[in-house]
Amino acid sequence: MRALRVRRMSANVSIEEVARVAELANLELTPDESAHMQKDLNAILDYIAQLNELDTHGVAPLAQASELAGVDARGSLRADERRPSLERAAVMAQTPVSDEVFFKVPKVIER
Amino acid sequence: MPSEAKTTETYVQRPKSLGELRSGIENGSIKATELAASYYARIERINPELNVYLSLTRERALAQADGVDRAAASGDPLGPLAGIPVGIKDVLVMRGAPATAGSKILAGYQPPYDATAVAKLEAAGAVLLGKLNCDEFAMGSSNENSAYGPVRNPVDPERVPGGSSGGSAAAVASDLAVASLGTDTGGSIRQPASFCGVVGVLPTYGRVSRYGLIAFASSLDRIGPFAGNVRDAATLLGVIAGHDAMDATSSSTPVPDYAAESDKPVEGMRVGIPAEYFAEGLDPEVRAAIEKGIDALKAAGCVIKPISLPHTRYAIPTYYLVATAEASANLARFDGVRYGHRSLQSETLSAMYRHSRDEGFGTEVKRRILLGTYALSAGYYDAYYLKAQQVRRLLAEEFLRAFAEVDVIVTPTAPTPAFKLGEKTGDPLAMYLADIYTVTASLAGICGVTVPCGSAAGLPVGMQVLAAHFNEASAFRVARAVEAAQE
Repeated sequence: MRALRVRRMSANVSIEEVARVAELANLELTPDESAHMQKDLNAILDYIAQLNELDTHGVAPLAQASELAGVDARGSLRADERRPSLERAAVMAQTPVSDEVFFKVPKVIER
Repeated sequence: MPSEAKTTETYVQRPKSLGELRSGIENGSIKATELAASYYARIERINPELNVYLSLTRERALAQADGVDRAAASGDPLGPLAGIPVGIKDVLVMRGAPATAGSKILAGYQPPYDATAVAKLEAAGAVLLGKLNCDEFAMGSSNENSAYGPVRNPVDPERVPGGSSGGSAAAVASDLAVASLGTDTGGSIRQPASFCGVVGVLPTYGRVSRYGLIAFASSLDRIGPFAGNVRDAATLLGVIAGHDAMDATSSSTPVPDYAAESDKPVEGMRVGIPAEYFAEGLDPEVRAAIEKGIDALKAAGCVIKPISLPHTRYAIPTYYLVATAEASANLARFDGVRYGHRSLQSETLSAMYRHSRDEGFGTEVKRRILLGTYALSAGYYDAYYLKAQQVRRLLAEEFLRAFAEVDVIVTPTAPTPAFKLGEKTGDPLAMYLADIYTVTASLAGICGVTVPCGSAAGLPVGMQVLAAHFNEASAFRVARAVEAAQE
């Protein structure tokens, strides 16, 4: 198990993986950009691999620092009551293509 | 009125203090409208050189200033920031004014609402001059990642002001605002404050509402003030701090009178000096400047205690996993559908998403989105993101143990003074390492203040004073003592 973790953390990112990740992130990279990103990602991930020096067995992940300050998130929730939100006209003014009610976008499925 | 600098080469000018300006406005010897006009005149002259402001909110500012003058003339009560010219980092929204987040993807976007921190400043009487330049989506340590050109350091225009809140720091350093708001995710208030020779505050996570902040990393982002002196920074924090129903992560912890707290003497306070922040990589002149500051604290009656924070070296890799993972999620909303740049040539919806994002995002932003997406993707989530969150706990608990022994922890804010424009842009990793002293506090959620503390090679040096969650008062007290020792 431990050996598997080490191998994964210092994995070499291939150009195919860059393309896969770009697809997940809805980014379209040129071949030149892809090559640069591959190099940068590998350099950064190489550096990040030092985290493997630490034994974190049994350590609970810390997602919200406020947990440590004793702040109870539930105390911050407001009552579930309707109240006015943003004005539609102001919101629709921000999109390039709309019918004032809906945001209009190109077709979803390519035939 | 801000006095004119005698030399033509330097743009550096210390703003007048809040106290001096506000009493002038209260007794009518200063007119808020004239003060605002003088700031706009200075901005017109100097902004082309420094590129500090991206847009100005003249109408709103002058209307506010006019209201303040009328209230002053009628003897009506004035807010604590009445008539004070303030700049706002362009990742915070102001209704009807542009909010670019330093990115092309939000070119033309006009938010339909105010950020809570902005609204609070205005309710206190502040005159909001305009939106300040920053690294794109607050990602950067030099303000060279802005899609609208870099900001230049007023101390030396060939050098960076730091980032990502470079515009916010430079504005105060060059008296293009009396104070400003910036944001800090990994050091983006503290490091530019250090590079520009001004005071910057990292409030505890949850101290200031993030409503209206264009999010970069939601578990790390904080909004905080820049000012020309510690007391003014404390006053500003008091205005923007507090619980907000619109931000579920904001805290109900009471807001003390930070300015009054900063006046208190430091005698008997325990100051921790962590060995890991004074090791290799630290510029010797920066070290000397900070050591002088520590000596001043000793002379003021502080107890200086050497401490160790052994997990410090793991903070940067941890930060660049946590922050980029969160950023990849937060920046998914920029898809060309509802606001900002939309690529109009696309045949299908998914092509529109890809082209809009490709055209709108800069290289550093794309790099971080890719890194974050990779760290979260199936097969890698445990090894990277989860691991980072575990190390985060180790780092945070290390601080908590330290704060059981000391009241504050003092370190240099940055390992070097301001570097030259273009010096680090070729190597992203080298740029990330500039954050080495600031990301630890970011991950732990604790607070801090950076205060000018001497110089290195003629450039400003900042001392970082860290304190436990919601103990900004202690950080202000110690920062004030360091400031006082140099007067």
